[in-house]
Amino acid sequence: MKLTGAEILCETLTRLGVREIFGYPGGAILPVYDALGKSKLHHVLVRHEQGATHMADGYARASGGVGVAMATSGPGATNMVTGIATAMMDSSPIVCITGQVSSKVLGSDAFQETDITGITMPITKHNVVVTQTGDIARTLREAFVIAKSGRPGPVLVDVTKDAQQATAEFEWDACMPKLPPKRIRNNHDQAEFDRAVELLNTAKRPVVLAGHGIMVSGAMRAFEQFIRAGNYPVAMTLLGIGCFPAKDPLNLGMMGMHGEAWVNNAIQEADLLIAVGMRFDDRVTGDLRTYAENARKIHIEIDRAEINKNVKVDAALVGDAREVLEHLTPHIETRDHSAWIRHINELKGDSAVRDIQSLPDTGHLYAAHVINDLWKETRGEAIVVTDVGQHQMWEAQYYHHDRPRTLITSGGLGTMGFALPAGIGAKFAKPDSEVWVVVGDGGFQMTMSELATIVQEKINVKIAIINNGYLGMVRQWQEFFYDKRYVATPLVAPDFIALANAFGIRAERITTRAEVIPGIRTAREANETVLLDFRVEQEDSVYPMVPAGASLHDMIRRPHNPLVETASDE
Amino acid sequence: MQTLVAYVENKPGVLNRVSSLARRLAINIDSLTVGPTENEEIARMTIVAHTDERGAHRLEASLEKLVDVLLAENISGRALLERDLALIKVAADQQNRPHLMELIKVFRARVVDVAPESLIIEVSGTVDKIDGLLEVLRPFGVLEMARTGRISMTRGSDLLRPPLLDIEVSAVESEVSKVNKHP
Ligand SMILES: Cc1cc2nc3c(=O)[nH]c(=O)nc-3n(C[C@H](O)[C@H](O)[C@H](O)COP(=O)(O)OP(=O)(O)OC[C@H]3O[C@@H](n4cnc5c(N)ncnc54)[C@H](O)[C@@H]3O)c2cc1C
Ligand SMILES: Cc1ncc(C[n+]2csc(CCOP(=O)(O)OP(=O)(O)O)c2C)c(N)n1
Ligand SMILES: [Mg+2]
Repeated sequence: MKLTGAEILCETLTRLGVREIFGYPGGAILPVYDALGKSKLHHVLVRHEQGATHMADGYARASGGVGVAMATSGPGATNMVTGIATAMMDSSPIVCITGQVSSKVLGSDAFQETDITGITMPITKHNVVVTQTGDIARTLREAFVIAKSGRPGPVLVDVTKDAQQATAEFEWDACMPKLPPKRIRNNHDQAEFDRAVELLNTAKRPVVLAGHGIMVSGAMRAFEQFIRAGNYPVAMTLLGIGCFPAKDPLNLGMMGMHGEAWVNNAIQEADLLIAVGMRFDDRVTGDLRTYAENARKIHIEIDRAEINKNVKVDAALVGDAREVLEHLTPHIETRDHSAWIRHINELKGDSAVRDIQSLPDTGHLYAAHVINDLWKETRGEAIVVTDVGQHQMWEAQYYHHDRPRTLITSGGLGTMGFALPAGIGAKFAKPDSEVWVVVGDGGFQMTMSELATIVQEKINVKIAIINNGYLGMVRQWQEFFYDKRYVATPLVAPDFIALANAFGIRAERITTRAEVIPGIRTAREANETVLLDFRVEQEDSVYPMVPAGASLHDMIRRPHNPLVETASDE
Repeated sequence: MQTLVAYVENKPGVLNRVSSLARRLAINIDSLTVGPTENEEIARMTIVAHTDERGAHRLEASLEKLVDVLLAENISGRALLERDLALIKVAADQQNRPHLMELIKVFRARVVDVAPESLIIEVSGTVDKIDGLLEVLRPFGVLEMARTGRISMTRGSDLLRPPLLDIEVSAVESEVSKVNKHP
């Protein structure tokens, strides 16, 4: 069958199971758009190409599949850069398709020509320019395989306009993906494995550090069996949240810069850390010289480049988390850690009911209350997509996730503006799930134009703006480390209610604690998108906090009377 | 200094990926040579990098993650044969020419071009040997010089020939389309 490159592209995506493409048209990709119109693929018109990449990312994280974003050459492609870098840092599989000027004028500074493969080389897992119609199908298939396999990541395919326009013979079996052959490393190192087993069976104070790789691997069951076999307490990274039920007594909560104090203290007192699918990010370890000094370390990790990168380990088990855990669990003999777990529970004390939650209602609306009420009202079953800042940390602390892929957030790059578009992508992946976008007043203003996408697509997501009138997380750093000199952090926002209404979206402002639950309930009952503007305490801070570069146990704790720091309500 | 060997796809753009990767890891490259192997579809690189063992491990593992890199291996510390080749154009008049020829003999170099005012000397060997020759030539006036950078090979039966296998693609592909159809 002879098809144009554009038709081949659409046909290939369809055969790869793609249903939605998030994109924005332009001259260099127009042939593909023409073919899209004739295909069964659903194109979601975004309002900025950054939004398209975050939507593809949100789609991938919610579903476990591969998200697809599309843009034209030049400015369309460069607008994707932030979203690609975001996906790269968090190992999220997306495929970005960009149009490119015709191969005959490549390199001539033609109209809207940008060397997008050059620009994105360090922030993609792989990228490629396609100039031949006959290469389109195979290259796209390869892109999907690369994006999804091993340690996942973004792949960009740049297709010249002439390749889209010309015709070629298309036959699925004739365009099999073919990657260069590789040395296949035999990762199983018996000596390392034996050492790991020995460490596991002799540890008195073990802590398991659970990361995003468990989700990527689909290792949730194997992980649970491993935890039960050894009766290990579990700490999670921000991106690991959801891989093990929050309600499980062995789940301690989040570790790191804004992790719970008892979690960080347990890590510092541990004699064995078992890291599974996590990369010892600096937000997780604090000062490396004092990090878990008394602990031996086992690292279960698919990427050899992560071994000994930040933290030197005693046993490295390179491989897929599920496979390694399934192999390891039968060798666990020691499971009595009750004294240690009792000790951690003492560390926890009554801060288990978080300080701020148990305060009487004094008329102040704390973000923590909002998040905690949201958790209760949704019974912890919603997919929550957060932006970056204080609200992101409060979400991690006060919304308790029991299922994988229900917290979607930009961890490694910390990209403000992520939440709204990623939330839209998540909704497309899971149309039957309740999706909540939890976003700051700052980050919301970065990508709020995607409200129009919501309306055009008639989708139902709930948006909670945690509106504190500040770039709160930066304000917090200025409060702690710059003598409260609030330079460039007070933030004027539009009237979000009027704004939402202008887009045709229902909205409600919530200023007191008593209004929180009714507000959430009305939003949940509505069969359409609703935006809630929560006017929260302006100068509240996230506690505990390990200052950047400090030791993990050197946490700034919440002052005894948080109301001391109260700012006047507007 | 660490020495790595990489087998890569012999096609445009791969050198850029490799050097860009080293830059991103903040590893300075002292020399990087590349040329085809006995299989013309595969090129071999010798990378000499300013880094320690840990950096070399990271570079090796990161290189192997690149789609176009078939294998990468840190060969520092193994029994190696190392070669660098230089062409040195040196000023030479009637008077000092005999003296120059003496030195060239000592270093087992060769004269490959003779002109009234200059000679081009070809020398190959270890980096130290070439540096040594360069030092003694300086007083005569080195007019131009070109060096290839180091190529390295492990000695004897220590073969850099692990089996290269095709990556299993169809299983991943069918999983992707399954999940995408029913997320
Ligand atoms: C404002 C802000 C504050 C933050 N504060 C904190 C904090 O307090 N605590 C915290 O934890 N984080 C915090 N973060 C997030 C932090 O920056 C990192 O993004 C996060 O710690 C990374 O978690 P991870 O290592 O589990 O996931 P990733 O970075 O996604 O790493 C996943 C790891 O798993 C491996 N992997 C992938 N697939 C597999 C597989 N199949 N088998 C085995 N391994 C696999 C990968 O190779 C990788 O090494 C914060 C971020 C922001 C923006
Ligand atoms: C694109 C981008 N620019 C700047 C930053 C730095 N930054 C991190 S958190 C933050 C403040 C976020 O403010 P807001 O969205 O209101 O959330 P809050 O912290 O108040 O909850 C800023 C500016 C960032 N992470 N991303
Ligand atoms: Mg704010």
